[in-house]
Amino acid sequence: MECNNTERKYLTVNPLKTCQPLGAVWACLGIHQCMPHSHGSQGCTSYLRMQLTRHFREFIPTTTSSFSEAQVVFGGVGNLKQAIRNILSIYKPKVIGISTTCSAETIGDDVPGTINEMRASGEIPEDVKVFTASTPSYVGSHVTGFSNMVKSAIETFAKKSSPNGKINIIPGLLSPGDLREIKRILKIMGIDAIILPDISDVLDAPMTGEIHLYQKGGTTISEIEDMGNSIATIVLGREAGIAPAESLNEMYNVPYEVLPLPIGISNVDKFIMKLSEITGKPIPYELEEERGRLVDMMLDAHAHWYNKKAAVFGDPDIVEAIVGYANDLGINVLYALTGTYSSEWEKTVKSMVPDAYVSSDSDLWYLKEQLDKKPVDMLFGNSHGKYLAKEYDLPLLRVGFPILDRANLQHFPIVGYKGTAWLVERTGNTLLDYKDAKSPEHLLELIM
Amino acid sequence: MIERNHTQDDMMESLVEKNKKLIEDITDSYPKKVSKERKTHLVVIDPSEEQHIMADVATIPGIMTNRGCSYAGAKGVVFGPVKDILHLTHGPIGCGYYTWNTRRNLAEPEEGYNYFIKNCFSTNMQEKDVVFGGEKKLYGAIKEAYEIFKPKVIGIYATCPVGLIGDDIKAVAKKAEEELGIKVITVSCEGYKGVSQSAGHHLASNTLIMDIVGTKELENPTPYDINIFGEYNIGGDVWLVKDLLQKIGYRVVSVFTGDSKYDDLAKAHRAKLSILMCHRSINYTNRMMEEKFGVPWLKVNYIGITSTIESLREMAKFFDDPMIYENTEKVIEEELMKIKPRLDYYKERLKGKRAILFVGGSRAHHYQDLLKDIGMETIVAGYEFAHRDDYEGRKIIPEIKEAPHHKILDTYHFERVTEPAYPQEKIEEMKSKMPDHFMNYEGMMVHMEEGSIVIDDFNHHETEELIKALKPDIFLSGIKDRYVFQKMGVPSRQIHSYDYSGPYSAFEGAVNFARDMDMAINNPIWKEVTPPWKK
Repeated sequence: MECNNTERKYLTVNPLKTCQPLGAVWACLGIHQCMPHSHGSQGCTSYLRMQLTRHFREFIPTTTSSFSEAQVVFGGVGNLKQAIRNILSIYKPKVIGISTTCSAETIGDDVPGTINEMRASGEIPEDVKVFTASTPSYVGSHVTGFSNMVKSAIETFAKKSSPNGKINIIPGLLSPGDLREIKRILKIMGIDAIILPDISDVLDAPMTGEIHLYQKGGTTISEIEDMGNSIATIVLGREAGIAPAESLNEMYNVPYEVLPLPIGISNVDKFIMKLSEITGKPIPYELEEERGRLVDMMLDAHAHWYNKKAAVFGDPDIVEAIVGYANDLGINVLYALTGTYSSEWEKTVKSMVPDAYVSSDSDLWYLKEQLDKKPVDMLFGNSHGKYLAKEYDLPLLRVGFPILDRANLQHFPIVGYKGTAWLVERTGNTLLDYKDAKSPEHLLELIM
Repeated sequence: MIERNHTQDDMMESLVEKNKKLIEDITDSYPKKVSKERKTHLVVIDPSEEQHIMADVATIPGIMTNRGCSYAGAKGVVFGPVKDILHLTHGPIGCGYYTWNTRRNLAEPEEGYNYFIKNCFSTNMQEKDVVFGGEKKLYGAIKEAYEIFKPKVIGIYATCPVGLIGDDIKAVAKKAEEELGIKVITVSCEGYKGVSQSAGHHLASNTLIMDIVGTKELENPTPYDINIFGEYNIGGDVWLVKDLLQKIGYRVVSVFTGDSKYDDLAKAHRAKLSILMCHRSINYTNRMMEEKFGVPWLKVNYIGITSTIESLREMAKFFDDPMIYENTEKVIEEELMKIKPRLDYYKERLKGKRAILFVGGSRAHHYQDLLKDIGMETIVAGYEFAHRDDYEGRKIIPEIKEAPHHKILDTYHFERVTEPAYPQEKIEEMKSKMPDHFMNYEGMMVHMEEGSIVIDDFNHHETEELIKALKPDIFLSGIKDRYVFQKMGVPSRQIHSYDYSGPYSAFEGAVNFARDMDMAINNPIWKEVTPPWKK
């Protein structure tokens, strides 16, 4: 499309973020038998369920307070009470996680107060836990919503009693496959951990022919309660996880470490070494072997990606990790873009790729404008990048959220040495597929 | 795992009695108040009694509903498919983001026209905009959009906070129109308005009639100019329909609003007839078109072979022209010949399979016809956001009591502003040849089999119980249910977006649909759900 490049101050085109309620519901889904409830108009719930379902291809249960005019004029507390009563009686959750939407925030409904009142009157029974977070769409992004909800779970439930010898992991918006891989690493190292939230066994439930409103996975409330007794918290991905870890530290003096998502050899090294350092457990040879195989793979195939120029976009934590991964491979990142504003993130990423354009207040139209001036060889990002990939004839490595146009990717980890190995396979072979597709017949080679 | 063997026991008790008892049981499991409310939304078709259904009332808070909001209806459904309007969502980022390429309204770029359909434009309101007002940001965004994209038309769609803080989007639009010399339309479709996306359809229709239709003249009018209403070109549906109509000799002035352009919508008042696919989303516009411009309309259905043939023949009767009659029959014959062998193959594989249909607009109605054509039957059908007239027919409209939420949805009535393309007497004569039900939609219920179940604003609990009890061969719904009931072992497909397939309209579409039903139902993987050591 013909267009004039311009500096924009007011208009967002093709955003790299969505709203807080989506992240809040995502977080709730990783808590055992939790019903995420969205306090506001039903459209918000409908939209975020649609988006999450498309990404995970799984059942996303969520309820809504179903606002209409009467609620925005007279307040939505009545609907909230009615909703809670119905949820308790029809869906029988162990936990209800309540987040708010723009309309509820703008009219100023007192959600925690309402819950306290219902608790005091006995309408909410003792054995049903409730936590709430304020998550208006006009602040931050879905990453903020995730962070706020996890923070609230910790502030509401975490306790301090006797040390448990465990570590806490706040894994951000990783996929079920990634969480499985993290748990495998912990098992190999013999480490007991509490992961909050944990969407594995929830959003990758097996096909059994039976329906379960609540799948078997998710962090239990007693595990969250126990988080105050842990040795330390590891935050994987600062933007999604630091606020909850800070809270836990302030409340119960649980120290925390912030690491990039363990994608790419150096990021995984950091994770493994930190696990070892905190727990005193040695790094088993099994992981060293996995690492060695990964290094071998990277050497075998390095020519396919070395010195390629790339743009990376999506959620801040994944972009940061992929930039690290690209650095390991010798791929030059020219653009690292997200829509969740954070100066801390910009500083960190800038230090990793000093020559790149790094922005946390960007959108995909910005990238389009830049590609006209300074092109790249490949894109790392979510499905929304496919239009740029088509227009500029570039391979797109799909990572992060949302992935709407490819199936099953969320089952395969990209974290850990094994996950990185799979990403390396995708990176090299995607570039080769692309090369083959572009080659005239007489230059189509069999031996690469 | 749902075992699908329809036993003789099913026949023992009358189906009507059996299903009445079933829905009684399902609704009895609710809290008392909810039970009482939900009972009015579930009906077992029983020709021995006069039956009504409750619809278009607020969803019960805390119930897992599939409904969307007014913004979804206005921007997401009605205006979204207009490809040369730069659709600017005024609000925080979520709403704009969620309507970004999510409805598969296919549209082709056209020489000389803007093409914005693949982009998402938003004012991305921040907290300070909500506190101090968002008008400045909106105006700035319009100006920037103009500078970069040079649109001829910008559409502004308001989300929840905009209405709550009172931004005057109309005033901003007016100022932008004057200063930039472009057209700026507005829809105040804040999500909390009304009880579902249906309110947004109403509001969008008002904008269409007030600000767009009738603002341009149609060049070289022909006697065969028509509009296609309520057709959003999901998966390319309208392209198949348009192709048939053009073969017969009609000229399509505009499509509301699949693959459509602002200019075409502006000329729609010059068509001789509007045909209406989706009754719920846009019947408002048809009513106003008739009042304001004298364009009559006909309820048609191009989903299903029998329905397509019937619709084409009724259209021909309206025009009552030898050329149209002749071409209609010729096209029908040709198309039937083309699809027959492929369709027969699938019919054999799908014989007697039973479906539950839960899809909005008129789809729960239309798809029953198509299922019948391929040898399947519908045992339950429901709408998300319908009104009583979608179920019971337009004759019920005078009886529908106005609910409080209707009052904020301005209902306009018009004096005739232009002379219609045909004189009124001619139109009346043409209309008089038509069977009444075409001009006066009969609704879905009258066309359903005895004992089948109709449900308004279906929810998770009811669906789960019905599926367990009725063991359908396929569940046809939207994305939010798609994977839920599949896990129960029930093949499931999306009829909002066709699971990246389609088109499903007209003759070729019926074959595509049959192919997809076969793919879902007869997929060999179903045999593998239970491990062999457990069989």
